Amino acid sequence: MNPLSELETETIDIPIDVPVENPAVGIDQAVGDFTYDVKYAFDAGSGLSEKTVRYISTVKKEASWLLDFRLAALKTFYSKPMPTHWATKDLENIDFDKIRYYLSQGQTPKRTWDEVPEDIKRTFERLGIPEQERKFLAGVEAQFDSEAAYSNIKDIVAKQGVIFVNSTEALREHPELFRKWFGKIIPTGDNKFSALNSAVFSGGSFIYVPKGVKVAQPLQAYFRINAENFGQFERTLIIADEGSEVTYMEGCTAPKFSTSTLHSAVVELVALKGAKIQYITVQNWAPNVFNLVTKRGVAYEDAEIKWIDCNIGSRLTMKYPGVVLKGRRARGEVISIALANDGQHQDTGAKMVHAADETTSTIISKSISVGQGRSTYRGQVHIPKHLKGCKNNTECDALLINTNSRTDTYPAITVRGDSHAVQHEASVSKVNEEQIFYMQQRGLTEGQAMSLAVNGFVNDLVRQFPMEYSVELKRLIDLEMEGSVG
Amino acid sequence: MAAQASIDCSHRLTFSKRSMSSALSTPSVGVFSADAFSAHLAAQPSTAPAWWNARKRAAHALFLELPMPARTDEGWRFSSRSTLTLEGFAVTAPTTAPASSTTPALVELDDALATLTFLDGVLIKRTSAPAELLGKGLIVGTLQETLSRHPELLREHFMAQPQKLGSEKFAALHTAFVNDGAVIFVPKGMEVSAPIIVTHASRGAGAAVFPHTLVILQDQAKATVVDVFVSPESDPGTPKTHPTAFACGANDLYVGHSAQLTYAAAQVWSLDTLSFQLNSTVVRRDARVQSLNLHLGAVQARHESLSQLQAPGGFSEMLAVTVASGDQEFDQRTLQIHQAPHTKSDLLYKNALLDTARTIFSGLIVVDPDAQKTDAYQSNRNLMLSDTAEASSLPGLEIQANDVRCTHGATTSRIDPEQLFYLQTRGIAPAKARELLVFGFFEEVLNRLEHEGLHKAFLALIQSHFH
Repeated sequence: MNPLSELETETIDIPIDVPVENPAVGIDQAVGDFTYDVKYAFDAGSGLSEKTVRYISTVKKEASWLLDFRLAALKTFYSKPMPTHWATKDLENIDFDKIRYYLSQGQTPKRTWDEVPEDIKRTFERLGIPEQERKFLAGVEAQFDSEAAYSNIKDIVAKQGVIFVNSTEALREHPELFRKWFGKIIPTGDNKFSALNSAVFSGGSFIYVPKGVKVAQPLQAYFRINAENFGQFERTLIIADEGSEVTYMEGCTAPKFSTSTLHSAVVELVALKGAKIQYITVQNWAPNVFNLVTKRGVAYEDAEIKWIDCNIGSRLTMKYPGVVLKGRRARGEVISIALANDGQHQDTGAKMVHAADETTSTIISKSISVGQGRSTYRGQVHIPKHLKGCKNNTECDALLINTNSRTDTYPAITVRGDSHAVQHEASVSKVNEEQIFYMQQRGLTEGQAMSLAVNGFVNDLVRQFPMEYSVELKRLIDLEMEGSVG
Repeated sequence: MAAQASIDCSHRLTFSKRSMSSALSTPSVGVFSADAFSAHLAAQPSTAPAWWNARKRAAHALFLELPMPARTDEGWRFSSRSTLTLEGFAVTAPTTAPASSTTPALVELDDALATLTFLDGVLIKRTSAPAELLGKGLIVGTLQETLSRHPELLREHFMAQPQKLGSEKFAALHTAFVNDGAVIFVPKGMEVSAPIIVTHASRGAGAAVFPHTLVILQDQAKATVVDVFVSPESDPGTPKTHPTAFACGANDLYVGHSAQLTYAAAQVWSLDTLSFQLNSTVVRRDARVQSLNLHLGAVQARHESLSQLQAPGGFSEMLAVTVASGDQEFDQRTLQIHQAPHTKSDLLYKNALLDTARTIFSGLIVVDPDAQKTDAYQSNRNLMLSDTAEASSLPGLEIQANDVRCTHGATTSRIDPEQLFYLQTRGIAPAKARELLVFGFFEEVLNRLEHEGLHKAFLALIQSHFH
């Protein structure tokens, strides 16, 4: 029995180079807009207190050091003010007492597809995880609410010695590997939301890639939020040992709910000498989700970290993937695509901290504001004293679709010393009227033409995504562009 | 603190509010206390209109109320705040001009239309504009003169624009303590190409000055105005631990429909000066403004420049050249607000950094929701000439209209080794080649000055700073 077969025609085989008659045809706009009555085996209830944290830790049968870590983080969370002196006041609308911090159907991750409960399968069907992905991708760690509901690591990857587990299992079974780096790249006190995550995290992927191992296929996890008012606080830590290479992909969709939900993840990457990590995110949160994520990697000598980050949906996204370039000749790269529709604010960007000689970093950001959507680029490039030969190149392009769309750019660049080269460029424009006119002349409606133009705007970045994701992304953009003109 | 004061003074029941605030000299008030302000106000001419004194009082109250910049103030990001001091300066009550005061004329132009020279806020020298022009309504005068002859001009334009860049407190301080300054009024349709030169001098060490320049160009008028800020170095060679001179200046430039203003300023305060300069430009329909600020002096200089494009066709060109050396810090904040459709702004700020100097450039282009067809540009170029200098750039955009062309760029780099090599292959000594390239860097900005004499004078100031 293949529960996904009926979805095949809906989600795959859309050639990206051939213009289709109506780019939005075949997209079920209600996808992601549903909820099931799921019976949760463990529920920490609403509100945040020491009791909540102790409950989560007990359910997870955690070691005492981890409970202490969580409790200390809770104190830090309480003591830190909301960063509204620079960030949007919308943050004040998060009601931490109405959020459920932990839900789980059970503690054992399912190992085969057949073991996944039927109603959860239905959820994934609606989300359209294509069967192809399961075939091609090395492992799928699909997170249904807090715990991994489905986990299947291909034998090849396991044989290479790669460890790909959820956070609970990682800290319980492999503390010797993960404890050294856990909470070190993004300390608890980094910001209010990293502290919150440190206190209540559950789920997420912990990955260790041994020395010299090159993982040929991307590892993947799929996240979604189900229960209303439920914050999802997953924690990811990827360690690529010397000379290894790994690509990790995560996708997020969430059902629409009437009250705000909160997603606040912490993602830490460690690329040891000569290692390469590529971390790809394509997300489409429901328009009531606060998506406040801290992502940072450390790149040692000759290592490379590349964040590819695509943000669509959510009420407010604040996410600035960063790379600390700690070893000589380390490279950091952030590629960011953001699309803000009515009532949405994409506050995204990048952070590059140069901490060794001859380190280079690149930031390319493209944002699209539709309707009254607002997209913000916030960046930081820091080259402190006594370094030699560092380079940074930043490019930010914003596209405004409607007359009342909004975009902001707030970069901060600090350079010390005379042996570096730093360059920042940003531009704001609208869709070229001549292009639209030309396409309409060829029989496309204005909406189709606009959709094509927007896809063209991000095309050079989308091409860097793996095939499945670039197809999905194109469809998401088409969907978002519907009704934006005329 | 308040509790302590009331215990100390509990035996004195008639403890007035004024003496309390002077008793509690806090870091956010410093020497600019209520007593100092009363003394300043008492020394103002008795002819001053009531609204003028009322404005000053309200400004001082605001100054007392506002806190010093805090760590979390975005408008002060990267700025050194610990060195912002309001202590140790003498708020000299305005007196008559010192008997024999001479100040070096730093910018001398053969074709100057008129000059005004102030020393510590008192007019000490002037050369008048041709009587013919004055007869047609041109005013090249002072705040005090204007207060008695044309108070309505000040009432409408003096410090009338919003403070949006973080120095509300210092703007209030300026309004409270400003004594005299320049007022230039060019009536409708009058075009004067010769520059009007205003020199704001300070005796330096220990002094606190509040220079002001107000320029009003009526419709279709045209003028060139030059501000020079200068004070003598005190005890050369003595290392300074904190600023010993204080300057808190402001200007208001109002450029009416189809008017054209060229404004150039050279800031050459002594190297122990803490300087604030808050500039505001209003650009009306089809008006054109070019402003160029040359920054050379002060130990710490905060410069804020607000340009409001209020009507279609307006164009604002904002230029700056900064040479930062020693342990100087130049903190430049700019805001280009496009409030109407079809407006244009072009900003180019260039910094050269030597020794352990720091520069901060924070610029923001704001396009209001209805300001379609805006064309805005913003560029910050930092030339690093030392391995210990530090440059921060915060070029920002806030765009709320879609049919616009807005770009910005920021670069930080050293002298291009290839260019240096090329010059050397042509037989030019390394030091000379370096100098050529540095001046080439500045020329891109200075070249935009149409007035040749002004261009030369500013270049000479930069050169004297380098040798």
